[in-house]
Amino acid sequence: MSEANEPRKPARKKVELDPRLAAYKGVWVFVEHERGSVHPVSWELMGEGRKLADKLGVELAGIVMGPPGEDTRKFCREAIRYGADLCYLMEDNLLSDYRNEPYTKGMTDLVNAFQPEILLIGATTLGRDLAGSVATTLKTGLTADCTELAIDMENRSLAATRPTFGGSLLCTIVTLNYRPQMATVRPRVMAMPDYDEKRSGRTIAHPLGMIETSIVTKVLEYIPDNLQGKPQLAFADIIVSGGRGMKKPENFQLIWNLAKVLGAEVGATRPIVQAGWVEADRQVGQSGKTVRPKLYIAAGISGAIQHRVGMEDSDVIIAINSDPEAPIFDFATYGIVGNAMVILPALTEAFRQHLATARLAG
Amino acid sequence: MHIVVCIKQVPDSAQIRVHPVTNTIMRQGVPAIVNPYDLYSLEEALRIKDQYGGRVTVLSMGPPQADAALRKAISFGADDAILVTDRAFAGSDTLATSYALASAIRQIEKDIPVDMVFAGKQTIDGDTAQVGPGIAKRLDMQLLTYVSAIRELDLDGKSIIVERRAEGGVQVLKTRLPCLVTVLEGTNEMRFATMSNMFRAARHPLKVWDKEKAGIEDITKIGLKGSPTIVSKVFAPSPKSVKAEIIDTESNQPKDLAVTLLAKLFTRKPDLVRDIAKNAPWSN
Ligand SMILES: Cc1cc2nc3c(=O)[nH]c(=O)nc-3n(C[C@H](O)[C@H](O)[C@H](O)COP(=O)(O)OP(=O)(O)OC[C@H]3O[C@@H](n4cnc5c(N)ncnc54)[C@H](O)[C@@H]3O)c2cc1C
Ligand SMILES: Nc1ncnc2c1ncn2[C@@H]1O[C@H](COP(=O)(O)O)[C@@H](O)[C@H]1O
Repeated sequence: MSEANEPRKPARKKVELDPRLAAYKGVWVFVEHERGSVHPVSWELMGEGRKLADKLGVELAGIVMGPPGEDTRKFCREAIRYGADLCYLMEDNLLSDYRNEPYTKGMTDLVNAFQPEILLIGATTLGRDLAGSVATTLKTGLTADCTELAIDMENRSLAATRPTFGGSLLCTIVTLNYRPQMATVRPRVMAMPDYDEKRSGRTIAHPLGMIETSIVTKVLEYIPDNLQGKPQLAFADIIVSGGRGMKKPENFQLIWNLAKVLGAEVGATRPIVQAGWVEADRQVGQSGKTVRPKLYIAAGISGAIQHRVGMEDSDVIIAINSDPEAPIFDFATYGIVGNAMVILPALTEAFRQHLATARLAG
Repeated sequence: MHIVVCIKQVPDSAQIRVHPVTNTIMRQGVPAIVNPYDLYSLEEALRIKDQYGGRVTVLSMGPPQADAALRKAISFGADDAILVTDRAFAGSDTLATSYALASAIRQIEKDIPVDMVFAGKQTIDGDTAQVGPGIAKRLDMQLLTYVSAIRELDLDGKSIIVERRAEGGVQVLKTRLPCLVTVLEGTNEMRFATMSNMFRAARHPLKVWDKEKAGIEDITKIGLKGSPTIVSKVFAPSPKSVKAEIIDTESNQPKDLAVTLLAKLFTRKPDLVRDIAKNAPWSN
């Protein structure tokens, strides 16, 4: 992967695009859905795609692929209400479950037929499976797991920024002489756009043109996860996280206590997960979950870049750390310099009282 | 059964430091390791070999030093190793890398047909998860990503049934060999190297292929030339301009600190009380 190799010579600034490629216009967002609902990352991308399309002065389209029926069409309407100008709709029973082959063909055909300049896909298990295949089939560039998307107006190209070298540095990647320019973005990295009931737009249908017997891979079964009791960090309003500064597994109970009072999810840094104090699903950061809660409380967490990238977009961050020089104070909203084992119980009690008073007041 | 496992040598990113002034990577002394995700794939391949017999060939593209990664794989039990190395590959992005690896796999196939290719879920340096799907497309193989279990393998019928991690559940997929599999982390645990394999690893004559031996037909498809993506700049994350407001009461009593903090918090975010009430019922 070159992105990780020595930084290459900076790209030449001005590039004359091949006229064939200049015909590629518009920004597309792939609308990912599974079991009847759209993955929120698609709407987050729609919000981001809107900004890119406006900057370029082009249209924003949602790409909806699925089995024929009201459900699939509903996703088209939603795409428009989340900001798309139009929707490309591909309905076929072969698209009922996600499978690489028909989805890659469908997406590739759509791109070849309607020629978008930018194609955005969520960096989910489905999205990464699809994006890598589509980019290779189209022989174009794909920048994975971007944290920032912008337009370089000099040559109308997509400037996609992503972490590199284990998150210690960021790099900006452009795809100059290939179209479409593809990028994936992880869930919760971008903000959710508003839903506008009144927006309307057109839908363009396109056939898949495949038969089942030509598809080698079959879905035998789908076993939905049992979400009961499973941590749901990505969409939590409040998260209380602990790091190595909590010192002992017993002390981690202080994190749980505060979380209980706040109705919050519990998060952790990687060393805590590796030590087995909490489940892997609770890891926040580059190799864990990206979160953007309204309130993130970090106790005994240094604020290493790999943790930071997963939580820095929280509305409010409260950091408790005994080291006044801890990097977390560089980006937290509020900081308390002190011993977490003392501060956490005090904070828990203060919240409990504040909430009790608020409840009495109705 | 002939399985090719693609492994990449990566810097141990846990030990990478960025020079505070120049923003450049300080590589000195950073050890190179086998990409951790590739070990799950290698172990899965070795288990298939244990059960059904056959051969496991490991394949890596990288600088000459990457032979250490391949020897490591042999010490775990791989039979054969091929290092694809050539200056012409420098600067390859995922599209160019998948072209080169797919081309090398075609060369490998000329000796013994390949039934399965394994790749890691992703690398810890590139971290794109694209090279696996890319190789599959180029070789026109069925693609099975994020596999968490191999349920059934029928060598005569040339079919395989796997469990694949999807977003909200597990897909059970059946497909035909040859196929390319990427394995989910945690699926298995890498075995220990045996003494005899360690000796074998040290002595093993690695195959070293340059671009000709790797069967590269079109040199415009490799290296910088063959890479659509271009790194336009590398930079350190900008420090946030506003640092945390440090809550500090005169008395420094934890209780006072907490009360002061909450007053500030709820003045700034009055709605939070409602959000908390929604999630934390009375009983707390
Ligand atoms: C490729 C890669 C991926 C990674 N992915 C992730 C990831 O997804 N998520 C993640 O979190 N990390 C990740 N890491 C690890 C990351 O680099 C840091 O090592 C990790 O985040 C540090 O965790 P920590 O803050 O709990 O521990 P430390 O960095 O050890 O910090 C502990 C902090 O606690 C403070 N402290 C000590 N005692 C007390 C006390 N009594 N009261 C209050 N504070 C106290 C200390 O001052 C210190 O700041 C990754 C690393 C790599 C290389
Ligand atoms: N240079 C390489 N040599 C061998 N295998 C590679 C190389 N680059 C990537 N791979 C394989 O492709 C997987 C995904 O890589 P990436 O797309 O960089 O995340 C890795 O886990 C490896 O199995």
